[in-house]
Amino acid sequence: MAGKFDQNDASVVVVVGSGAGGGTLATELALKGVKVVCLEAGGRHEIEDFINDEWASFSQLAWTDMRTTSGSWRVARDFANLPAWIVKAVGGSTTHWAGASLRFQDHEWKARTTYGELAGASLLDWPIDSAEMAPWYTKAEDRMGVTRTHGIAGLPGNNNYKVLEAGAKKLGYKEVSTGRMAINSAARDGRGACQQIGFCFQGCKSGAKWSTLYAEIPKGEATNNLEVRPNSYVVRIEHDASGKVTGVVYFDKEGREQRQKARIVAVAGNSIESPRLLLNSASNMFPQGLANSSGQVGRNYMRHMTGSVYGVFQKPVKMWRGTTMAGIVSDEARHDPKRGFVGGYELETLSIGLPFMAAFLDPGGWGRSFTSAMDGYENMAGMWIVGEDMPRADNRVTLSNARDKHGYPVANVHFDDHPNDVAMRSHAYNVGAAIYEAVGATRTFPTTPYPSTHNLGTNRMSENARDGVVNRWGQTHDVKNLFVSDGSQFTTGAAENPTLTIVALALRQADYIVNQMSKNVI
Amino acid sequence: MQQHTQPQGGRPHIDRRLFLTGAAGATIVVLSGAIFHPAEAWALETKNLKPETMRTLIKMARDIYPHDRLADKFYAVAVKGYDEKAADAALRSTIESAVAELDAMAKTAYSAAYANVGWEWERTRLLEKIAATPFFQSLRGGLVVSLYNQPEVWPAFGYEGESASKGGYINRGFNDIAWL
Ligand SMILES: Cc1cc2nc3c(=O)[nH]c(=O)nc-3n(C[C@H](O)[C@H](O)[C@H](O)COP(=O)(O)OP(=O)(O)OC[C@H]3O[C@@H](n4cnc5c(N)ncnc54)[C@H](O)[C@@H]3O)c2cc1C
Ligand code: SF4
Repeated sequence: MAGKFDQNDASVVVVVGSGAGGGTLATELALKGVKVVCLEAGGRHEIEDFINDEWASFSQLAWTDMRTTSGSWRVARDFANLPAWIVKAVGGSTTHWAGASLRFQDHEWKARTTYGELAGASLLDWPIDSAEMAPWYTKAEDRMGVTRTHGIAGLPGNNNYKVLEAGAKKLGYKEVSTGRMAINSAARDGRGACQQIGFCFQGCKSGAKWSTLYAEIPKGEATNNLEVRPNSYVVRIEHDASGKVTGVVYFDKEGREQRQKARIVAVAGNSIESPRLLLNSASNMFPQGLANSSGQVGRNYMRHMTGSVYGVFQKPVKMWRGTTMAGIVSDEARHDPKRGFVGGYELETLSIGLPFMAAFLDPGGWGRSFTSAMDGYENMAGMWIVGEDMPRADNRVTLSNARDKHGYPVANVHFDDHPNDVAMRSHAYNVGAAIYEAVGATRTFPTTPYPSTHNLGTNRMSENARDGVVNRWGQTHDVKNLFVSDGSQFTTGAAENPTLTIVALALRQADYIVNQMSKNVI
Repeated sequence: MQQHTQPQGGRPHIDRRLFLTGAAGATIVVLSGAIFHPAEAWALETKNLKPETMRTLIKMARDIYPHDRLADKFYAVAVKGYDEKAADAALRSTIESAVAELDAMAKTAYSAAYANVGWEWERTRLLEKIAATPFFQSLRGGLVVSLYNQPEVWPAFGYEGESASKGGYINRGFNDIAWL
């Protein structure tokens, strides 16, 4: 495939994946003068291609290639081959994402120290902390145009937010607002203001929402240092006799095997594909998989403790109108073990359209109980619960017996809730219902978690090589010129939506890579 | 609906034979290779499934996802794909025998074919008995999309669908809630 950079050019940095982590890293490196080839498994769909239709958009953007599941989580029963709702396209899941952009709380960097030893959990402190991350968060917020930071005004509240706000305030909650969103409340950075279209999950047609697709990658491409190659499905990372990686093998759109040489490889395929790629790259030298001397690749899979609460009211809400997730209650995000669990959770507005509501309100449900709920759709308000879940060694991504069309084993995702997750979810369901009942809900629904949108932890960051896969820079402990640049680096998940942290880590990693390259260490 | 034809002359002409098929009281009637819905003025020809079977599937679809505000035609649209798929002999026999079995259960319990059992709760009881079968599971699973993803049903739920071409809701009531 003729591209900007030659496939035998061994001086380029290869980034696998163009989402929050990969798209940001690739762009930042290019801006710093480094030559980058970003290989993306999915196609390139620009803003004008986005579709305001849930299933049509899902077929256009979502990752629907085969995956398998196991474990006691309900997703394994209801959506056996769809463990995660994430994207396969240039821009990755930042095309689908809702834009909620929150910093970790200080204590969340030190979960093991703060929460103590928990049976059945593999908690670990991050090797970095909030002081170290503060400047990178600042840079990421500025880059993404996060509202309520850098003097950027908050978004106006839509109907769904107003219901949440009124209910939460009645219950005495204080930290209630339209949140910190990477969505323009006014024109900024060459992109316009939010038009309250209400299809944030389907790709923002106004471009108000930050996405690597149009807010990062074109800036990288403008430097001439970045080539994004869509429809390039990486299946293996290769290394030399010294154990350094030398490039990757991928399949192009026509299904032909291709090779791209590299000086450095950065893996950012999201937390299911990234460990799969490392495991599929096993060799004589690395029989357990690349960068897996610790045996931690694929383990400690986290998906946030989630769930939704929908409430039906006597009068219309029309929750689908306007920004999907611009509304938050943060009072329960604190760590307060008196509630019966460690860590905390956020409550955020959420609306899904009628087609997705039918699929996700109560998967498998039917009959009058289900349809009378659907009949209340116009009068519904909705919120999403996102809280810290406990990492567990056996919640993990492994290679399945099933194979993809190129003959490589697909990922199996195994997940069992930790008792702490169960306790937190039940607390959150009660609070969510109480919020809506406080403003007159006649019926509420504790809705089970959707296929995972936040996938984390499967190549975790650790101080000691035996405890994790990457060091404080996202560089693998085992292979100096191999990096992990997505949410799979997360040591623990915190209560906050992960993308701001993924972007901040990618910006910081870019700095480190340039520094190491200039010293010729890698 | 591609296959339904509008009967001539506005209101459907109801033939005497319709009553002879024993469908008195039913909203959907079966006649020579097709099903007719006089009240909604549509008809659906079947190519592979027995028309009686299609009528039962439509009834099952409504009983699985009962919305009193939705006309039968939306349920017909939601399941008519099974007739196409039943070109496959194995699938055809799976569907025909599953429906025959359901009718047999209905006759034992209520002395009527499934579609003619009087109360929804009676039919639902029968459905509960087959709820674990792959046939029911795939019918129900398919309906989630084939029923609720018809843009024509959205207005019945108030859902407004696509909004980008109308400029979003920034000037069209994104924050117009008045009762709080
Ligand atoms: C509906 C939805 C709403 C969300 N809302 C929010 C929110 O409000 N706030 C928030 O913080 N987060 C949100 N998220 C999560 C957020 O999108 C992800 O956390 C983030 O995008 C993850 O970044 P990533 O770099 O790890 O992976 P992704 O952004 O998913 O990018 C990975 C990319 O790698 C590609 N890839 C994978 N394997 C290969 C391979 N072998 N070869 C080549 N390419 C490959 C994929 O195709 C994909 O494009 C949401 C997600 C979804 C789905
Ligand atoms: S509501 Fe705003 S952010 Fe969401 S899709 Fe519309 S314009 Fe984009």
